[in-house]
Amino acid sequence: MEVRGSDGTLLVLDAGTGIRRLGANLGPDAGRVDVLLTHLHMDHIQGLGFFRPLDQPGQEVHIWGPPSTTLDLQARLSRYLSPPLFPVRLRELLCRLTLHDVPLQGFEIGELKIVAALVCHPGPTVGYRITEGGVSIAYIPDHEPALGARRFPEQSDWTSGFDLAAGADLLIHDAQYSAAEYSQRVGWGHSALLHAVGFAAAAEVKRLVTFHHDPGHDDAALDRLIDEARSSVEASFEFIPGTEGARFDLGPRNHPSVDVPAASAARNHGRRGIM
Amino acid sequence: MTQRAIEIILMRQLASYLAMPIMLFDPEGNLLFYNEPAETILGRRFDETGEIPLSEWYAMIDPTAEDGSPLPLETRPLVIALQTRQAAHRAFWMRMPDGSRRKVESTAFPLEGQGGRNLGAVAILMGVRSG
Repeated sequence: MEVRGSDGTLLVLDAGTGIRRLGANLGPDAGRVDVLLTHLHMDHIQGLGFFRPLDQPGQEVHIWGPPSTTLDLQARLSRYLSPPLFPVRLRELLCRLTLHDVPLQGFEIGELKIVAALVCHPGPTVGYRITEGGVSIAYIPDHEPALGARRFPEQSDWTSGFDLAAGADLLIHDAQYSAAEYSQRVGWGHSALLHAVGFAAAAEVKRLVTFHHDPGHDDAALDRLIDEARSSVEASFEFIPGTEGARFDLGPRNHPSVDVPAASAARNHGRRGIM
Repeated sequence: MTQRAIEIILMRQLASYLAMPIMLFDPEGNLLFYNEPAETILGRRFDETGEIPLSEWYAMIDPTAEDGSPLPLETRPLVIALQTRQAAHRAFWMRMPDGSRRKVESTAFPLEGQGGRNLGAVAILMGVRSG
């Protein structure tokens, strides 16, 4: 997931397999690159070793991510970027790399104001809210806000991730399961599609992009789930199934545009690769 | 309304599934949540009361020693957990919703979140029995 600020600031949200192509398309004058990790599960970091800017001498790269209660980000990432899981060690990367234990309050990268907050998912996991000029993106790709809730959505102050998403112009949110699948996977850290819709409605977002589709769902299954959700909920927001290659132009406020690949193109690209 | 820390949300969810009376306090001692077993002891429903300030909480249960003398603040498990960040346990007497007094045992422990954040404390009431 690539985010560009109006001043050209580049954020990369998580480092799954898609980051390889993103890195390959960045030219030698890419400037500073900031990778914001939500957590360190493999599907969110496995592309790091294949992200070309990390191997570019002199390239400035910053990686932000949550520490655990006992280990900092560097120690945690080194478990993956070291033998036997990967032949190159973190310290052997050629770029100018800085690792940051992501602060659980606001920080800035370029003109972008970023807030990270812990959310409900196994292990230390954050979501991000990125704001520039009054326009906000909330990115919560792995999130189970309905876990243990007697009724969902709960009151806003008792709902995981609420402050990150509240009033966002664009919410990119976990929507992995059908309701039936979720009932068999409670506590796995992900949402049913209807939970994502309920969360988005409670947070009064402008647009919901459903994300982190279940790898076992093909396009037909996704279309069916989304049609069911659309017919069962009168959404007060724009409801956009996440597809590879989708582009959202959010600025300036009140003049956003959304460029989503046509359904056939989405199918050709496949939807599973955007995690 | 500001969203609570995720650790507090998860603690509430855990408490709501446990069968022992559990109360969740913020760092100032305000009672943020109590579960159904605690509702039966307090004679109030959380959905009806919402948060309860510490002073009101202590006025409700009126904790005393066995001889009826007021329990000094610094000996109360919850106060110890909140002020010293240490777990504490003791028996005392409290007022029940029907006005009777019962002997209870309370364990309280502090909640320290990611990054060393002070999130408050949890108190558990055990061995509630007739006086």
